Amino acid sequence: MSETRLRIGYIPLVDAAALLVAVDHGFAAAEGLAIELVREVSWSNVRDKLNIGLFDAAHMLAPLPIASSLGIGHVRVPLIAPFNLALNGNAVTVTPALHAELAAFADGDPADPLVSARALARVVAERRAKGASPLNFGMTFPFSNHNYQLRYWMAAGGVDPDEDVRMVVLPPPYMVESLTNGHVDGFCVGAPWNSVAVEAGVGCIQHFGSELTLRLPEKMLVVREDWADTRPDVLAALIRSLARAAEYIEAVEHRANVTASIAERLGVEPSLVSRTLNGLLKVAPDGTMRGSDHYILIGRENANRPDPAHAAWFYAQMVRWGQTPLSDEAAATAQRVFRADLYDAALGRPAPTNDGGPRDGIGAFVGPDFVPGDIAGYLKAWELKRSGRPRLSLVR
Amino acid sequence: MKTVIVRAVAQAAEGRFGLRGTSDLTVMGKGSDLPGAGAPSAGEQRDASLKIAIVDESPIRAAILADGLREAGLTHVELIPETHNLLARIYALDPDVIVIDLESPSRDTLEQMFQMSRVVKRPVAMFVDQSDAASIQAAVDAGVSAYIVDGLKKERITNILDLCISRFNAFSRLQTELDRAKDALEERKVIDRAKGMLMKVKGLSEEQAYALLRKTAMNENKKIVEIAQSLLTAAELFK
Repeated sequence: MSETRLRIGYIPLVDAAALLVAVDHGFAAAEGLAIELVREVSWSNVRDKLNIGLFDAAHMLAPLPIASSLGIGHVRVPLIAPFNLALNGNAVTVTPALHAELAAFADGDPADPLVSARALARVVAERRAKGASPLNFGMTFPFSNHNYQLRYWMAAGGVDPDEDVRMVVLPPPYMVESLTNGHVDGFCVGAPWNSVAVEAGVGCIQHFGSELTLRLPEKMLVVREDWADTRPDVLAALIRSLARAAEYIEAVEHRANVTASIAERLGVEPSLVSRTLNGLLKVAPDGTMRGSDHYILIGRENANRPDPAHAAWFYAQMVRWGQTPLSDEAAATAQRVFRADLYDAALGRPAPTNDGGPRDGIGAFVGPDFVPGDIAGYLKAWELKRSGRPRLSLVR
Repeated sequence: MKTVIVRAVAQAAEGRFGLRGTSDLTVMGKGSDLPGAGAPSAGEQRDASLKIAIVDESPIRAAILADGLREAGLTHVELIPETHNLLARIYALDPDVIVIDLESPSRDTLEQMFQMSRVVKRPVAMFVDQSDAASIQAAVDAGVSAYIVDGLKKERITNILDLCISRFNAFSRLQTELDRAKDALEERKVIDRAKGMLMKVKGLSEEQAYALLRKTAMNENKKIVEIAQSLLTAAELFK
């Protein structure tokens, strides 16, 4: 069998694990694929190199192929995402100072995101009353879970992320440095950067991403739509190799083995990778630990199958935060980006009937259930929430 | 009126990496330092006044690029070597064109500008116009990326982009040559030391010592420098 050569771009993050392991542990080769992994430094590069054909496929932020397919913020290039490389995996980290302030203002347990979000609103109000400069929060890209999760959390407490705080895009390797030198007061980023901040003693993990939204794709395998149309067999082989790699990573007996090879690709300590994969993280410099079996899902609980409802949710966030106007046509296009059909066909499995996950497939910590068919109604519920803001700021 | 014509080597639009063509970037002007004033072509006058920001952590490459742009009559060139507070600096500068190294993680920070409605000038990425796939390819190969103010005609900046691409390429050629020269120098040092050791220990002449190293390298199917290095390592162990 002759080998098919593929060039795939990725950013060195733990959520690229399925791709890295597919290549480094022979799952791609078993499908007749010779994959050249190309390490990139920015999502802009990953997107551009995929768009212009320098890459056959890419490890990409889940909302990004939707933005690209709709032409939001950039040139319109139809992309599709037939495989979830990971669900969840982010965390919100704040400085020890802000962590203490949130605890001081908390009306309840600050580990509850609704309590901490309301506390944040009080911190913001007090800073404004004192004439202090607004808080700065770092995230990785305008079209990312990091951006949407931070905004979702803040807004739930009555903080307007566009008016009350400053949101800045920071490349993940600069996050910890920016927290250290005070350029940001907090950030939302993937592994291993939250743990790096805790290890350095400059950050406390306030919330796991999975505490804000229980089930959302973080990174996906993305290809151009025309590429998928012309090379369906190659794409199917790639999907199968990733699915086997994801399964392999989840098997406890292979953990040590895959952790070492992932850590080598990322250039970090294996202990940081295993913490992430095991979902047991040190959340404060004093050694406090917190665990969650939903911190990151690489292959279990049917994690890899794309869900068009998730695409609709991302699109709703883009509309909610003014990145694009609402249209039924665009909402439909967005849902067609996440290709569960290609996933099912490649693996020869029927669509699962019930995966036992959250009722609306997302499980946000607050707010109405998400209904993909009624984005306008969903967004209206949030407008009502926002009008409740003055009441919240009167609480203290 | 004195007309100054600046010639610059730029990649032809259809040129790919390695297939370099030349095109003339012509800037006309009165005197030597104010190209554009009173020149016959209105379009070119405006181009000379374009404000260009270069975001590059390599000060040498940024300087090479800035020189090239200034030689071409573009006098408003600013260097931003640091990534700290990048957006604030860009807003303060309010450039028409931003040139950034493709290997800079700060590209993602720049992309945030597209999201901000408050900004008067909205920059767009060079890659937006996909009609010119060849020049995009050339830019990616060279490792350069550019953002331009929305509404600015593409023709007005083609020359600038071509110039940036050729300067980026020139820089990477220089870098390669420099690396090669450094390696060669290192290799020569190692071989010289091994030669010196053989001369001292075995009482050989310089030529004989070199011949011995070469013969051993040929027999073992290795490079002379590798044999020399093994010799030095072994000698270190015997110390």
